[in-house]
Amino acid sequence: MEFLSNLALGFATATSVANLGFCLIGVILGTLVGVLPGIGATATIAMLLPITFQLEPVSSLIMLAGIYYGAQYGGSTTAILINMPGESSSAVTAIDGYQLARKGKAGTALAVAALGSFFAGSVATFLVAIFAPPLTVVALKFGAAEYFSLMVLGLVSSVALAHGSILKALAMVVLGLLLGLVGTDIYSGTPRFIMGIREYADGLNFVAVAVGVFGIAEILRNLESEQTREVMKTSVRNLWPSREDFRRMIAPMLRGTALGSALGILPGGGAILASFASYTVEKRMSKTPQEFGRGAIEGVAGPESANNAGAQTSFIPLLTLGIPANPVMALMVGAMIIQGIVPGPNVATEQPALFWGIIASMWIGNLMLIVLNLPLIGLWVKLLTVPYYVLFPIIMAFCSIGVYSVRSNVYDLYAVAAFGLLGYVMLKLRCEPAPLLLGFVLGPLLEENLRRAMILSRGDPATFVSRPISAGLLLLSLVVLVVVFLPQVRKKRDEVFVEDN
Amino acid sequence: MKTEIDKGDAIAGILFILAGLFFAYQSLGMELGTSLRMGPGYFPLVLAGVLILLGITVMVKAVRNEAEPIGPLAIRGILLILPAPIFFGLTVRGLGFVASLFLTALIAAFASRKMKPHYAVLLAVLVTIFSTLVFSYALGLPFQRFGPWLRF
Repeated sequence: MEFLSNLALGFATATSVANLGFCLIGVILGTLVGVLPGIGATATIAMLLPITFQLEPVSSLIMLAGIYYGAQYGGSTTAILINMPGESSSAVTAIDGYQLARKGKAGTALAVAALGSFFAGSVATFLVAIFAPPLTVVALKFGAAEYFSLMVLGLVSSVALAHGSILKALAMVVLGLLLGLVGTDIYSGTPRFIMGIREYADGLNFVAVAVGVFGIAEILRNLESEQTREVMKTSVRNLWPSREDFRRMIAPMLRGTALGSALGILPGGGAILASFASYTVEKRMSKTPQEFGRGAIEGVAGPESANNAGAQTSFIPLLTLGIPANPVMALMVGAMIIQGIVPGPNVATEQPALFWGIIASMWIGNLMLIVLNLPLIGLWVKLLTVPYYVLFPIIMAFCSIGVYSVRSNVYDLYAVAAFGLLGYVMLKLRCEPAPLLLGFVLGPLLEENLRRAMILSRGDPATFVSRPISAGLLLLSLVVLVVVFLPQVRKKRDEVFVEDN
Repeated sequence: MKTEIDKGDAIAGILFILAGLFFAYQSLGMELGTSLRMGPGYFPLVLAGVLILLGITVMVKAVRNEAEPIGPLAIRGILLILPAPIFFGLTVRGLGFVASLFLTALIAAFASRKMKPHYAVLLAVLVTIFSTLVFSYALGLPFQRFGPWLRF
């Protein structure tokens, strides 16, 4: 019955007036940025991170988590209505969702997406609640060698799931790791790679790097060719799906949830992969595959359930091991560290209210989203008409305030500009920013665990392969790496990601 | 089939190599230590070596049958967006939060060709009022609203 009492503690924490309020602010903000072009969840969370400094740890994490899954909802709304996915994980939804909208069934598509997401979100939240505690027990047995190998697996998977060239993604990870090492070496106190600028002795500011690489780079890309976006003129009506629609969405929803929950745990962006995988599965299973691409309900229900389930279960590695599965989770690590919480298996035992509060808030947040979003769709559609040139000066102002308020260091603002330029150049050269950010977060942890493991083993590198868990994780990383370089898999991978562009 | 050089990959490769060389050079100036007790330069030197190798591979693979164009560059964006946070950093202490933020938003606003000057001013004023109310008054972030440069 420990499970129930834990969950009760979680709900008690999450339903306090303040936390409900922050959850609501989070999901509304999230939907907003999901709907608006050019600012994704990653950049928004990065900008708001400094503000959460002032809040209670639980409230700040609940709000940030709300932004994350709120953005998934918002992203599907734009995918369906204007064929422009607000978030990369809703790229698949655009394929059939937009076709449904063109047939005048926009309301149905939106409702199917929302119901599918809610169902998947609820199931995945319970999975997190069930699987997180036993995993923390395993994680507590992890030593330095296991942590090192686990991070290697995480980084390798993020490469495997990145778009485009695997080699370039690998190079981005390594560059990120190196950038993460900038600052004072904790063992010897030697300043590293700071080029005489003492303001960087504490390391490059994570928020500055994230805002630059994700936010500023994206703004610059949007400014390349300023086009006006066309919004569907048809009004959204008939929200409630017909009995026939319901019948068609149930199986894809269940399969999508299962697929998404499993893939979400994988480090490196499981939600995106989950939605693509679900679409492929539904197309294969369908008796009428010719309908796919022309407005199949299954093509919306499956991937939407999958990406939402994946978004929820990606919290499992964060909450149990302290290892981020994607850039948003990396930002959550940043938020926890700002609050003085060391992410990892100890969170569940030392801060049960925080741990279970976040889990319970996910379900509450999903409920809020469905209650809020179906009636508010009209408002979101109106927001789509806000021109981009009004948005980005606002974003720039908030970015500057946000980054500066982290530690009142003006050099962090210069870093924003530098990383904005770097991010934009990398974008132009078709290098993915996500592996770089993961590398940046994991760099110091990876080095610390490597050094500790080597000291513990008296300088014998065999420690990584002689300890079974560590050896298993490294073997898995090797398998992932070999598999993505296999010619057949590469071809398949290109096909999967081609629709995303 | 014609062989072409993919400019994006070639430049990316060169950038990775240069970054690797920079980190390797800096690491060599630090104590390397042994694999038992690694010094501050050990791990970064290994990573820098890997980065150089990856850079070389990316560059070699840039020579292939089809090259993808890099596409247009947002020059106006680069010239006006990137200086905005730098300007904020240079002036937030001197001018204070209010004036500095107003000018930052104004600079950024001109990055779009579609922005008309009077709208830009209006937008910057609104952003400044909103941010001052929310960040300075409501959230109580410790900013000086008007800095020493504005006092006579």
